[in-house]
Amino acid sequence: MIRLEKRTAPSRFWTYAAPLLAVVLTMVCGALVFAALGNDPFVTIRTIFWDPLFSEFSWYYRPQLLIKAAPLVLIAIGLSFGFRAGVWNIGAEGQYILGAICGAAVGLAFYPTESPFIFPLMVMAGALGGWAWAMIPGVLRVRFGTNEILVSLMLVYVAQNLLASMALGALRNPDASGFPGSRNLARYPSATSWINEGAGLHWGVVFALIAVIFAYITLSRHIFGFHVRLSGQSPRAARFAGVNPGLLVLICMGISGTLAGLAGLFEVAGPSGLISIDFNAGYGFTAIIVAFLGRLHPVGILLAAGLMALTYIGGEIAQSNLRLPAAAIQVLQGMLLFFLLAVDVLTHYRIRLTARGVA
Amino acid sequence: MTTPLLRLRGLTKAYPGVVANQDVSFDIQPGEIHALLGENGAGKSTLVKTIYGLVKPDAGQMELQGAGFAPAEPRAARVAGVAMVFQHFSLFDAMNVAENIALGMENPPPQREIAARVRLVSDQYGLPLDPTRIVGELSAGERQRVEIVRCLLQDPKLLIMDEPTSVLTPQEVAILFDTLRRLRAAGTAILYISHKLEEIRALCDAATVLRLGRVVGTCDPRATSAREMAELMVGSSLHVPHKAARPEGAVILTLQGLSAKAPHRFGTALRDIDLTVRRGEILGIGGVAGNGQDELVAALSGEIRTRRDMVLFDGKSIGHLAPNARRHLGLLAAPEERMGHAAAPDMSLTENALLTAAARQNLTARGFVRWGKAREFAGRVIAAFDVRTPGAGNTARSLSGGNLQKFVIGREIMQDPALLVVNQPTWGVDASAAAAIRQALLDLADKGAAVICISQDLDELMEISDRFAALNAGRLSAPRPAQGLSVEQIGLMLGGAHDMEVAHVDA
Repeated sequence: MIRLEKRTAPSRFWTYAAPLLAVVLTMVCGALVFAALGNDPFVTIRTIFWDPLFSEFSWYYRPQLLIKAAPLVLIAIGLSFGFRAGVWNIGAEGQYILGAICGAAVGLAFYPTESPFIFPLMVMAGALGGWAWAMIPGVLRVRFGTNEILVSLMLVYVAQNLLASMALGALRNPDASGFPGSRNLARYPSATSWINEGAGLHWGVVFALIAVIFAYITLSRHIFGFHVRLSGQSPRAARFAGVNPGLLVLICMGISGTLAGLAGLFEVAGPSGLISIDFNAGYGFTAIIVAFLGRLHPVGILLAAGLMALTYIGGEIAQSNLRLPAAAIQVLQGMLLFFLLAVDVLTHYRIRLTARGVA
Repeated sequence: MTTPLLRLRGLTKAYPGVVANQDVSFDIQPGEIHALLGENGAGKSTLVKTIYGLVKPDAGQMELQGAGFAPAEPRAARVAGVAMVFQHFSLFDAMNVAENIALGMENPPPQREIAARVRLVSDQYGLPLDPTRIVGELSAGERQRVEIVRCLLQDPKLLIMDEPTSVLTPQEVAILFDTLRRLRAAGTAILYISHKLEEIRALCDAATVLRLGRVVGTCDPRATSAREMAELMVGSSLHVPHKAARPEGAVILTLQGLSAKAPHRFGTALRDIDLTVRRGEILGIGGVAGNGQDELVAALSGEIRTRRDMVLFDGKSIGHLAPNARRHLGLLAAPEERMGHAAAPDMSLTENALLTAAARQNLTARGFVRWGKAREFAGRVIAAFDVRTPGAGNTARSLSGGNLQKFVIGREIMQDPALLVVNQPTWGVDASAAAAIRQALLDLADKGAAVICISQDLDELMEISDRFAALNAGRLSAPRPAQGLSVEQIGLMLGGAHDMEVAHVDA
């Protein structure tokens, strides 16, 4: 009989090994799915996990990885604060959209003036937009005890409709003869977030790295990080330690909203270039997976975002070269989270095989 | 008394890394109340679980009335005539007494018959109990009676009782003892586990003392002093806390009509509490659990905010201040629940030291944690309070209850409080550690700090308190000098006596 026995302390080994095992299991089961779809499983797995990094075309794919990973890192780092403290912001996608709309609006308002102040202003507007959108579920929870999971999620759909209305209305490019979508900010020198487009380097990449360092120091060295961890583990002990639970909710919501807003702004002013109906690509939701895959640890998130970016880019290659359906890639990504959660059992429990005893 | 009722011979039970029982042998005679004594971890629980069929011994035999006895499961033990009342009750709150009793039976007879038998047994043994009442409305003492009646309906030859008085008021204890004496007179043997030595002296006919899994002595508790028994348990001469006369100090804390709503559905509202506490005094607050103890600690620690002038500390109104602001002023607290309230179970002792000591010990610099200093402070607490742990890097969860309690109390005392509020400071702590904690509280008062000690252990309160007050349904009685208070007076102050005349408490 298989029995689970609770460990007295979480296993250090499995804390690090579990994500790796989850990746391996995902590859194995993914291969089975691809085989069932009639593809060669080995070629498919190689295409997804290996080709973007080391094939002869990797000079093209590597910058793509950077572009995909940067917003994931930014958003996931923000979410990790809340998730550690027990504040469940599921609506980063909406905050990302609002950051993009607000930042883009500021940039477009200055068009075609050129000034070194425009981009910093856009950054501030983007951060503020994401922050404000996150404050709605934050304040509602603190003031009225609503569930921030539901409210933040619902606000994603509000944000999507707002995005559509902006793309078709207020922010539409007046010179585009009726086509939906704004002017292309990436082609507006004072507003673009590109540093080196060919290398995939934009300000979002820089901010993502800064966010990782900032989060690492805050969580391990600062009393605020300690209070965040304490609130998540023992809310009652946190209150005893002097943490104001409401304020902590607002701060955590604020951090995640701000970083998601920034991610949106950097995206719209660079890789995407313009506000359009289908501007958002689900980064806000994928970042939730990234945050947990990275164990809510800043460095873990950095690695996890790289892995997710790999499945995106590798998935696209597999789609175009091997004619794999897009849904199969999503299944693969879903499996990754599923296995991570399943394997997580090993960090807190040990598996014992026992002879069936007397009941 | 030729054949003993139960004879234990060489019982040994080892768990990985620890021998719980080593060659334990003793006899229990019919109609005897036999005490089983020992500190936490001495192997008492393992031994009674062996007798009750929950644990299978590695070696050794048991004989019940001369015949071999090796119960494979509790049911077999019950059939053979061994019943047990556990420390934690297994009752369903939403059902009535008779239904709860029927649940424990193999083939329950109709409700009416059970009710009749409950009435019969409760009359016979002086256990006031109404079979139709809902268990959720009963006091701890009445719940215990349900468990006892449940056992008595099986007509046991041996009744095992694990720490039965820990949740009872003195009056309820008196009722219980009367019942146990009647049972003894009827020929039932009782194996009585407790660490309250005075109770054992008053009740038991024989005592077996366990230490580190071995029998280290037997004695006649009526002819042995509590101190001698305690020394047998601990294995060394027991340090008895020394209470020195202290000069009356300045007023440090004043509560003026302190009232607070219940913080949650199962909480107790605080009602109009008036109190003054002086430096250099220990105020003991007694009361049955759930009468506002947690809420009073929270209102003092700052977890519950009140109107600012309801709490005066050193002349300043602080009712509105947050916990850390109060810590700055010198008001420290140690709540009852160690895991998850006073300490975070999955965090290291260093992190747990930071939890309350950040403010007073300068463990942060411009918000950044000085982990080196925090580690050093945790190390000092561990050394000063003899916390048994491999190091400050271990999690709070890995410590035994008593060790974690020493850490929690030590963490506050080492911060040099002007007023320390402790709730159940020695709950679940073994005798020598409890003595050390009490001594530390006394030393703190000697140094001129005030201590408010909330506890359900009246012996403890009488041992260390200068004045005594009782909490009952969120109200605090007027404190009285602890010296010369009789057990009856204390019982009436607690006012939680059930099935007795209404308590006369002079407010």
